[in-house]
Amino acid sequence: MLNDITLGQYYPGNSFLHKLDPRTKILATFFFMAAVFIAESALSYGILLAFVFIVAFMAKLPWKMLLKSIKPLWVIIILTLGIHIFTGQGEPLWQWKMFTVTREGIVLGVKMSLRLILLLLISSLLTFTTSPIVLTDGIESLLTPFKKIGVPAHELAMMMTIALRFIPTLLEETDRIMKAQSARGADFSSGNLIQRAKNMLPILIPLFISSFRRADELAMAMEARCYRGGKGRTRMHQLVYGSRDGVAACGMAVLILVLCILKWGGTLWAI
Amino acid sequence: MSIDVKNISYTYMAKTPFECQALDQVSVTINKGEFVAIIGHTGSGKSTLAEHLNGLLHPTTGAVYVDGIDVNGKGADAKKARHQVGMVFQYPEHQLFAETVYEDIAFGPRNSGKDPDTVDAAVRSAMEFVNLDFATFAQRSPFALSGGQMRRVAIAGVVAMEPDYLIMDEPSAGLDPRSRNMIFAQLMTIFKKRKMAVILITHSMEEAALYADRLLVMSGGKLCIDGKTSDVFINDEKTLEKLAVDVPESFKLAEELQQQGLPLKGAILTEAQLVKAIAKAKGWSGC
Repeated sequence: MLNDITLGQYYPGNSFLHKLDPRTKILATFFFMAAVFIAESALSYGILLAFVFIVAFMAKLPWKMLLKSIKPLWVIIILTLGIHIFTGQGEPLWQWKMFTVTREGIVLGVKMSLRLILLLLISSLLTFTTSPIVLTDGIESLLTPFKKIGVPAHELAMMMTIALRFIPTLLEETDRIMKAQSARGADFSSGNLIQRAKNMLPILIPLFISSFRRADELAMAMEARCYRGGKGRTRMHQLVYGSRDGVAACGMAVLILVLCILKWGGTLWAI
Repeated sequence: MSIDVKNISYTYMAKTPFECQALDQVSVTINKGEFVAIIGHTGSGKSTLAEHLNGLLHPTTGAVYVDGIDVNGKGADAKKARHQVGMVFQYPEHQLFAETVYEDIAFGPRNSGKDPDTVDAAVRSAMEFVNLDFATFAQRSPFALSGGQMRRVAIAGVVAMEPDYLIMDEPSAGLDPRSRNMIFAQLMTIFKKRKMAVILITHSMEEAALYADRLLVMSGGKLCIDGKTSDVFINDEKTLEKLAVDVPESFKLAEELQQQGLPLKGAILTEAQLVKAIAKAKGWSGC
């Protein structure tokens, strides 16, 4: 049951997307997210969806994995859709007691949930094709210019690396503690909400304690290897932009340009 | 009264690229009153087998019966059967959570639905078994104890459920020799007094030779050897070597001595047996 979490799980591969520089991918993801909020018309949403599918196709990922990445948030997506449908302003299409459905509501609801799905898909694509270590390298490199205004780029990247590194370890630990407590007759799946929350304590407390112990040990091990922060550290894998990254940047620029034209083009022409 | 494992196989992460068969057609019967040691190198399926015995893992194929009841079944019967099998995991002190030693040990018996007086009695007797003084330790925080004491509290937490079958996964890992001996001495006492079955998973051949009557040797998810401890070490030495399983140090030393010309007789698996055999061969008296 604890193996279901796909967000942040790297799927090894050798595609165009896998080989891109992490900085390009991170920036492209941000630009795509911005593009999602530019989009208004149905056509622009269609273009965005097509773009995501083309990218996913290029990444050569199993479609099932991609769909699975939406799973953790489907409740929120459905909720968004529902709230927009029932609270939309405009001409009522259908009415039952206090519930009113409007055309505008449906359109807005679909748009909002599409936005959520697009955001989820693109961020999953980033994490599916980029290993966590490379990803944090990219983030560190992107944040380096902001060091002058006091952004602790290296420290942030190191924190992320450590956090990511320990996710599988903690999952394993949770699984083990759950087994140990169920061997002592603990029951995690019955009772009301409060009872269930209380039943989680025998898992959470040992988990916290072992996390602190691990943190302590890790800090000690890092100090023993003379870790003194980012100053003067060199790295084994230097990040270098290639021609591939140019191609990706062009693709992204074209997408944004098309979306901008679709949104403001009309007024531009009018002038 | 026995645990019957009927032809179980288990595959981790089935239908993914990370698929791994951990158990392959294992069948074994463990009777009450037996002290069984499961040995085998890392990844041979020892712990996976143990986790099947009380229904923590569901076999992909096959079934496990405790006193004739399928442990993977639903209903009160199956639950009761699972409670008959106590399991002490590796590093059990990592599962402690309660504010006091008393509360932690009482967790298991309370979950079995025992009334407060029975729980209290079970906690007291479990603490006595692991040699923790009730007056001194009951109200202390389990996190303020030493490593050996924490482990004893954790073991007491399982013993307090009064299982008929007790599985221990490397109970002595990471302990100093004194705590190790203490844990085993107490284990033998409970074993003899309650006439339960003890299933010990271990990497130490000395422990297996010293305490177990019966030996199960696992390799590659299969049960390769099942027999009396002394028979297995003496008759199957070649097979054991092939399975990357060691024999006890005393056994090796006795062989060495025999090759050097010292006529040692009888089965020699433990230090005590070795000392006795040497004394006899040398004609020393008083040993």
